[in-house]
Amino acid sequence: MANKTILEIKDLDISFRTNAGTIHAIRGVNLDLQKGETVAIVGESGSGKSVTMKAACGLLDANATVNSGEVLYTYAEGDGPEQTVDLLKIPKRQLRRDFNGNRIAMVFQDPMTSLDPTMQIGRQIMEGMILHRGMSKRDAWTRSVELLELVGITDPEKRMKNYPHQLSGGMRQRVVIAIALSGSPDILICDEPTTALDVTIQAKILELIKDVQDRLGLSVIYITHDLGVVAKVADYVNVMYAGKIVEVGNVNEIFYEPAHPYTWGLLSAMPDLDTDDDRLYSIPGSPPNLLHEPVGDAFTPRNSFAMKIDEKAAPPLFKISDTHYAATWLLHPDAPKVELPEGLRARLERAKKEAEKYL
Amino acid sequence: MSEALLKIDGLKQYFPVSRKFSVKAVNGVSFEIFPGETYGLVGESGSGKTTIGRSVIRLYNPTAGSIVFEGKEISGKLDKDTRSMLRRDMQMIFQDPMSSLNPRKKVGDIIGEGLDIHHRYSSAAERAEAVGAMLKKVGLSPAHAERYPHQFSGGQRQRVGIARALIMNPKLIIADECISALDVSIQAQVVNLMKDIQEETQCAYLFIAHDLSMVKYISDRIGVLHLGYLVETGTTEEIFSNPIHPYTRSLLSAVPHPNPEVEKRRKSTAYDKNASGIDYEQGTEHRVGGTHTVLATGRELAQWSREASGE
Repeated sequence: MANKTILEIKDLDISFRTNAGTIHAIRGVNLDLQKGETVAIVGESGSGKSVTMKAACGLLDANATVNSGEVLYTYAEGDGPEQTVDLLKIPKRQLRRDFNGNRIAMVFQDPMTSLDPTMQIGRQIMEGMILHRGMSKRDAWTRSVELLELVGITDPEKRMKNYPHQLSGGMRQRVVIAIALSGSPDILICDEPTTALDVTIQAKILELIKDVQDRLGLSVIYITHDLGVVAKVADYVNVMYAGKIVEVGNVNEIFYEPAHPYTWGLLSAMPDLDTDDDRLYSIPGSPPNLLHEPVGDAFTPRNSFAMKIDEKAAPPLFKISDTHYAATWLLHPDAPKVELPEGLRARLERAKKEAEKYL
Repeated sequence: MSEALLKIDGLKQYFPVSRKFSVKAVNGVSFEIFPGETYGLVGESGSGKTTIGRSVIRLYNPTAGSIVFEGKEISGKLDKDTRSMLRRDMQMIFQDPMSSLNPRKKVGDIIGEGLDIHHRYSSAAERAEAVGAMLKKVGLSPAHAERYPHQFSGGQRQRVGIARALIMNPKLIIADECISALDVSIQAQVVNLMKDIQEETQCAYLFIAHDLSMVKYISDRIGVLHLGYLVETGTTEEIFSNPIHPYTRSLLSAVPHPNPEVEKRRKSTAYDKNASGIDYEQGTEHRVGGTHTVLATGRELAQWSREASGE
């Protein structure tokens, strides 16, 4: 099972036509997802993390153009031989019929808007199964009750008749997850699944997704801006900025040995419960407007470690280890050595020490 | 310690739904805020934290209890002077900077509205200067006064919201989830700004949020709310180093740490009020040391303290 790539995004490049001009939102994204693993995509709003995943599901808005790239998905039909398809080349109808929901399912941010308020939740869960798989109503009903039980809803038979407004936010998100699981997908894409929820509920939902993943052998992609969530769930992390992946590595590499100044900024900006500095570090400025194609490294204007070359050429991904890559000129052999910001260094030391207790 | 700036005693806020039933959003909450300090109010959604903020600034009429602000009772009917004092000295920053700014007004007019209402200037130039200075203070430029809210990014809009609150030189600012809608990197900018402003103007904050790590960072004292009851309150240090109430402990355990090795092995503690059989009505405030109080009956407190000290 290990090391079998199930989804591979290659050199994806997407732009949007708007009244103001063309927005080059995704500028060459590469991403791998192995079977059974969890990959997180982290970045600020507007960095392109949602668009990347929407492209993989064929959910792009009509004004989007895919300029280049492939989304390769490897699957096996029943016990049949493995095949690899490029999801971007499949006609939309076929994508909807054979892939969306069935093989790749998505959980959206706000459970209030992703459920139909006028429909009993039972029917919403059954809908996909009846339409997609031609299940009988009775079978779909039994299966729905099982799914509700799987996502930890007590008294599932009774709940089937409830409307979304009768459930709390956490319960609603559980229902959304049950719907996503109803097609027995291989890949579950969670787009900020807990942003609209409280911390206590968030912890429960994350534990639930993890539990379901272990039981069903799913591969999960998380889209989030909360690094705490990433630390809890992810195996691999992709840090995105302005339509590019600027750092990728396994979760320990990103959290204990971050290499890109943007990752440093993200980590420092989020206080942990031990932060007692007088000021929080903040990344100055705001994300670039991709209406204007950035020259050089898009992060330069906000980067206190920027060098002259950053204004001229975008850095390639430099290899740090077999799994850890970062796109910053600081890693170039000719670059001057820079020290991590003091606060962050202390914090990483603390984190490592704390982690050692568990190793 | 000096005189409390805001003293809330036994605040209750009920919302009648029908003749027989009303939603008890806040059930007898008491706390104090001193000049120049930050009081953080945390709790899950539906715990009544926003309701308290709105009752204090009198967007609601409190059902019972007293609210004393600058030595004046403000929970009942307000006379003209008290109302004017309240509207001047207490301000609010709202959660969503998109919906809390009038899209049809220029930013300069949004910020200057308080000055207009309270007749705080003698000439247009004086007003423009005050607005410009305020914009500078929150890290925008005076030229921005001529723009409309949609021309700003989320973080900038929240700065406008802060400028609007600050222009009256308030003594207390109620910040209701004012950073939840912002990105991580922008959150830090706004929190730093709020801290700077506090240092400069000595205003007090009632900081309402559900992000505990931010609350810990910014607050001097914290109150933990659950279902309309203030279950635990104390200094930040007291709450975080020695949480006693099971709800507080579950809340703290749910905060994700940005530390993967630790985080993967940690399970959050669940707290189910119904299963635990705790009745908040029975509990009384017990002082466990310093300013640290817990809502509990004597027996519960003894049991929780044992649990909290770890076994």
